Amino acid sequence: MKKILIANRGEIVERIIRTCSRLGIETIAVYSSADKELPYVKHATKAYEIGDPPAAKSYLNQDVILKIAQDEKVDAIHPGYGFLSENASFVRKVEDLGIAFIGPSADVVESMGDKITARKTMIEAGVPVVPGSAEIEDVTAAISYANEIGYPVMLKAAAGGGGIGMQRCENDQQLEKAFASSQNRAKAYFGNGAMFVEKFIDQARHIEVQIVGDKQGNIVHLYERNCSIQRRNQKVLEETPSPLISSETRAKIGEAAKAAAEHVNYTNAGTVEFVMDQNENFYFLEMNTRLQVEHPITEETIGVDLVEWQLLVAEGRSLPLKQEDILPTGHSIEFRLYAEDPSTFMPSPGKIETLHFKDMENVRIDSGYESGSSVSPFYDPMIAKIIVKGETRDEAIKTGQAFFEGFSLTGIKHNGPLFAQLLREEKFMQGDYSTAYLAENLTVKK
Amino acid sequence: MQEVKASMAGTVLNVMVAEGDSITSGQELVMLESMKMEIPIEGVEEGTVAEVKVSIGDFVNEGDVLVKIK
Repeated sequence: MKKILIANRGEIVERIIRTCSRLGIETIAVYSSADKELPYVKHATKAYEIGDPPAAKSYLNQDVILKIAQDEKVDAIHPGYGFLSENASFVRKVEDLGIAFIGPSADVVESMGDKITARKTMIEAGVPVVPGSAEIEDVTAAISYANEIGYPVMLKAAAGGGGIGMQRCENDQQLEKAFASSQNRAKAYFGNGAMFVEKFIDQARHIEVQIVGDKQGNIVHLYERNCSIQRRNQKVLEETPSPLISSETRAKIGEAAKAAAEHVNYTNAGTVEFVMDQNENFYFLEMNTRLQVEHPITEETIGVDLVEWQLLVAEGRSLPLKQEDILPTGHSIEFRLYAEDPSTFMPSPGKIETLHFKDMENVRIDSGYESGSSVSPFYDPMIAKIIVKGETRDEAIKTGQAFFEGFSLTGIKHNGPLFAQLLREEKFMQGDYSTAYLAENLTVKK
Repeated sequence: MQEVKASMAGTVLNVMVAEGDSITSGQELVMLESMKMEIPIEGVEEGTVAEVKVSIGDFVNEGDVLVKIK
């Protein structure tokens, strides 16, 4: 592989460029008119402006991106995360042009993209799934099913993702009210109004497993990440290994993820997401057929470069390590620095006046912005990821505390103060938290 | 005439009312999406929808008029 196009923006493009530069691979970046000042545009070998700020007119504009890929004669396209990364028709078009797609096959992307199909596939694979329905036709059927499994339930859109398209319902009235509005929203947003109902797992933790497969049929898992610190069903902090799970469960969930991947002949990097209850029972939630935002904590504890693995596999080479050689050491935590109010979590777009990251040992920064960059309202508000590492969890927490105590970003609101406080909370320090933690326990004092 | 404005810049995810609909105070009229967050826009007073100024997929700036109520 000599040249690749990266169909994304911000920090993940920087991240991919870093690996490509080390491997001597040229990079073609694309950017919307809102992003022309961002650092990644300068760091790519070459960059093309592809359209207006709304994603539909730039980062989702398949024709423009594919035209550049052809003109530049790239060997492969890396989709990053979000945007076109899980769009099966895009993957098919890339494959048809004879360009390698750095991700799984279009068929796998398609089957995992529909949550109802994905659940069915996992049941066939023998992987436990959250008790739930098939597609629900109407509100009467939803209510009768909810009464059968018992409230609370989660009403979900088959095509949902990124925390959008799901609603918790406590009783018939709430479900009745939520059904029509959620279905309309799913139709408007995802172009697919298929709905289903799942049992709500109380005090749950979000545990996911990194997997990678090659075209020779080898599949490995790279252990779990705990991503339970969330707001609006979106992740804010992730850590590995997960605190407070037994080594038996840890081994079991890794094997379950591997079985899931094997069943669909998975290739390239992916993540199997599970929800885990208080008794360490775990259930399949969904599979993300791409590199995750939080992949760096796995890289830090296992000592691999997952983007390099993705490139190797896309080229048709076999995985560099066998399962028994994958041995995580130490502890890593990622903090997602967002342009948002640290207590209300309302987005705060605007111009960053100053942004300085302290140069500290055991701290890795994957950033998409610099002093003077603007965070526009068009995209996800993530500014940077701060990844800390330690021999133990306590050590990683101490490094995080030291980092956020002196951290300053001016010009816009950001959630740095949330992390400074979280890292001193007793329950967090004990590792005792569920996905409800931020909503229930933490309000940042102003 | 009441003008319902966007509380922040974003994309119109859904329009829940049409011209001529009567609405109650606090009813959700438009759903905006900004930076991966859904932001419901509600009417303040009750009345009748005189005009819907946006459609699904439009990008609006903070302060843009979304719906006029009479």
